[in-house]
Amino acid sequence: MAEEIRLMKGNEAIGEAAVRAGCRAYFGYPITPQNELTAYMARQMLAKGRTFIQAESEVAAVNMVYGASSTGVRAMTSSSSPGISLKQEGISYLCGADLPAVIVNVARSGPGLGGISPSQGDYFQSTRGGGHGDYYTIVLAPKGVQEAADLTYEAFSISEQWRVPVLILADGLIGQMMEGVVLPEPIDPATLPRKEWAVGHSAEMHRPYIHVTSLNLVPDALEAANRLRFERYGKIKKELVRYEEIDVDDADIVFVAYGTAARVCHGALEMARAAGMKVGLFRPITLWPFPSARLAGLAERGKRFLCIELSMGQMVEDVRLAVNGKMPVDFYGRCGGNVPSQEEVFAEVKRLMGR
Amino acid sequence: MTEKTFMAGFGGQGIISLGQLWVYSAIKEGLKVTFFPFYGAEKRGGIARASVIVSSDEIKSPIVTSADSVVVMNQDSVEIAEKVCRKGGTILVNSSLIKADPARPDAKIVHVPCNDIALKLGDVRIANMVMMGALCKVTGAVKLDKLESILPSFFSSNKRSLISLNIAAVEEGKKAVSG
Amino acid sequence: MELAYGHPKSLKPIQTKYCPGCGHGVIHRIIAEVIDEMDLQAKAIITNPVGCSIWADLYFDFDSVQPAHGRTPAASTGIKRMLPDHLVICYQGDGDLAAIGTAEIIHAANRGEKFTTIFVNNAIYGMTGGQMAPTTLVGQYATTAPEGRDPIGAGMGYPIKVCELLATLEGTRYLARGAVNNAVNIRKTKNYIRRAFEAQMRGEGFTMVEILSQCPTNWQMNPAESVEWLEKNMITFYPLGEIKNTLSASASAQAR
Ligand SMILES: Cc1ncc(C[n+]2csc(CCOP(=O)(O)OP(=O)(O)O)c2C)c(N)n1
Ligand code: SF4
Ligand SMILES: [Mg+2]
Repeated sequence: MAEEIRLMKGNEAIGEAAVRAGCRAYFGYPITPQNELTAYMARQMLAKGRTFIQAESEVAAVNMVYGASSTGVRAMTSSSSPGISLKQEGISYLCGADLPAVIVNVARSGPGLGGISPSQGDYFQSTRGGGHGDYYTIVLAPKGVQEAADLTYEAFSISEQWRVPVLILADGLIGQMMEGVVLPEPIDPATLPRKEWAVGHSAEMHRPYIHVTSLNLVPDALEAANRLRFERYGKIKKELVRYEEIDVDDADIVFVAYGTAARVCHGALEMARAAGMKVGLFRPITLWPFPSARLAGLAERGKRFLCIELSMGQMVEDVRLAVNGKMPVDFYGRCGGNVPSQEEVFAEVKRLMGR
Repeated sequence: MTEKTFMAGFGGQGIISLGQLWVYSAIKEGLKVTFFPFYGAEKRGGIARASVIVSSDEIKSPIVTSADSVVVMNQDSVEIAEKVCRKGGTILVNSSLIKADPARPDAKIVHVPCNDIALKLGDVRIANMVMMGALCKVTGAVKLDKLESILPSFFSSNKRSLISLNIAAVEEGKKAVSG
Repeated sequence: MELAYGHPKSLKPIQTKYCPGCGHGVIHRIIAEVIDEMDLQAKAIITNPVGCSIWADLYFDFDSVQPAHGRTPAASTGIKRMLPDHLVICYQGDGDLAAIGTAEIIHAANRGEKFTTIFVNNAIYGMTGGQMAPTTLVGQYATTAPEGRDPIGAGMGYPIKVCELLATLEGTRYLARGAVNNAVNIRKTKNYIRRAFEAQMRGEGFTMVEILSQCPTNWQMNPAESVEWLEKNMITFYPLGEIKNTLSASASAQAR
């Protein structure tokens, strides 16, 4: 039998994928444009006898995740940009204590309260740790509803595997849009193995007592712990990098874009190809670890790049770092909640190619 | 095949359910779809708009900026319809509420008296279904042959009685635009 | 001839974007009337919160500052400490005040900050589309309380009585609860606001007027049903009146 294709909003598909991934506890606080996700979790988690709490704030929600995760269960929170800013404290502590967690950002435009329309202005915050201290979180950027569901589902195991929080960086368009989606197999949280690093059940686990903490007052010891974590980051950079390439091989100019912007670029790519222009698309799926090596390789082969973002230019800095001056890297962005049209992006390619 | 449709009207005219039923039917017919209702500032002003794409291929940009077809349900939305329709595209106007044609001589204008037909059937709220029938007939992009089987999941049980009325509205919409 | 009734000077003569039957508009109006009566337009500063009333700065015709969600009392603290002779109005919704901003309101009240909080309790998150608020009544439907607020079974806790909670803090001097569901309650609420503003201008401690207010849209009712619902369900749980009044004797004598 063919798999059932359901028509779902991005926000709801993310929720359903989390439920199916065995998410045992969800903590949220209302904010547009991710409200459908919190409401979906209220319905599904309560109906399944799992934990749903509408927290008093995003600060509380992420710290509830910290507590739940330290018991070894799959825990999640979600929000949109202003709320994600408030979660940075908790994310820093999660990283300091090496706890897994899934954090979803259905981003909107800023700074400040800004607007509720889609934006990619949280790239810096997402890929540079975001809070205080030396750390990174894994950042996955879906391009549509199906991928949002798939990446959310996978985020839980990736996060557990590396003991690093995983951030799903979507935007208001992906959260609000409906597409067909085939959902992954449900996992019963009760069947997931107990974690040897988690608190609770110490007698049954026959282990010494565990202290979940990010505190370390001895400089050498803290440095050693940070170095250990960065060794893990090194492995993550080798093993987890993901990207998609479309028509890159013969391309003279390659779009670099993620998420919603990549969809627009794909449309512009088709227009360009129809006009006989050799244009390709490089779409990072992991924003951290960033696919720098692959981009450097493409630069070696003489590709020039055009970064398209729903921001004033953030990922373009990583592209420039990767390309390291070997080839020109241009940028075109819209912000404030505006999404460029494929015609607009096509016009920019024509301008660059002198057509 | 790719059909990019822009739908516009005011809140309460059923633009959202029109778009959702259109793409849900398309999924059942094996097509890929995206449905993006504009949210945010526009919503508060009582305006309902949606980018709706059905395609046999992977859908690229989900935002319709050069529409093959445009559905316009009220007078206030005519201006945006004029802007978003591609050269040679089709604009389906709800002629019950829109008296002057969109100023797009290069586009095909199709008149569908949605409210009148819906009222004749007994319920003005199914004007959107009339329009869907017309859109189906004019574009041929979605056949709507699975509509009857998917409608039950769209209505709460106390509204199931409306299914046959909705189907009738779609049929009348098709007839209204058959030459 | 004296003008018996007109549009307050401190309120712009434009139609609000609030939904039909919403309480925010009425509350804006009575605040503006009191400001006019006290001749304080040029000295008034409002902090308009994140919530439906974020639009307040479109309507009030005096200075305003828009802080982050829930941080309204902290921002008001900063303003009032710098401009102690001004009338600082800290306008807050129930999500803003009793959820994300609980710490800020408690500590502003406890420090006896000399601004006035106008606390609009509509028992729901209006702006974000009807999620449960800390003040949502037991059994009341919300998008995040799909079976109604269930304090123990679903672990959603109980509705918070903010005036009563703050009354235990010594920094608070005047805490009253009004409603805007009918003309009598609106008139009483306006008097509470006046008393609070007068106390603020005399430099007494923390003052707050909680106002029970309709949100027909997210209560999924028409305006007429919503005023009735407020009367039957909210007022019975959140009693109206002056919950705490420890204003100076001269003030009590002044009060009508
Ligand atoms: C940090 C942060 N979290 C969440 C939001 C989203 N948000 C906007 S208004 C609001 C709640 C408003 O409810 P309330 O304070 O009761 O005001 P009302 O709209 O009911 O008047 C929320 C959660 C935000 N803007 N910022
Ligand atoms: S949603 Fe509720 S609080 Fe907001 S404007 Fe409408 S009625 Fe008022
Ligand atoms: Mg409220």
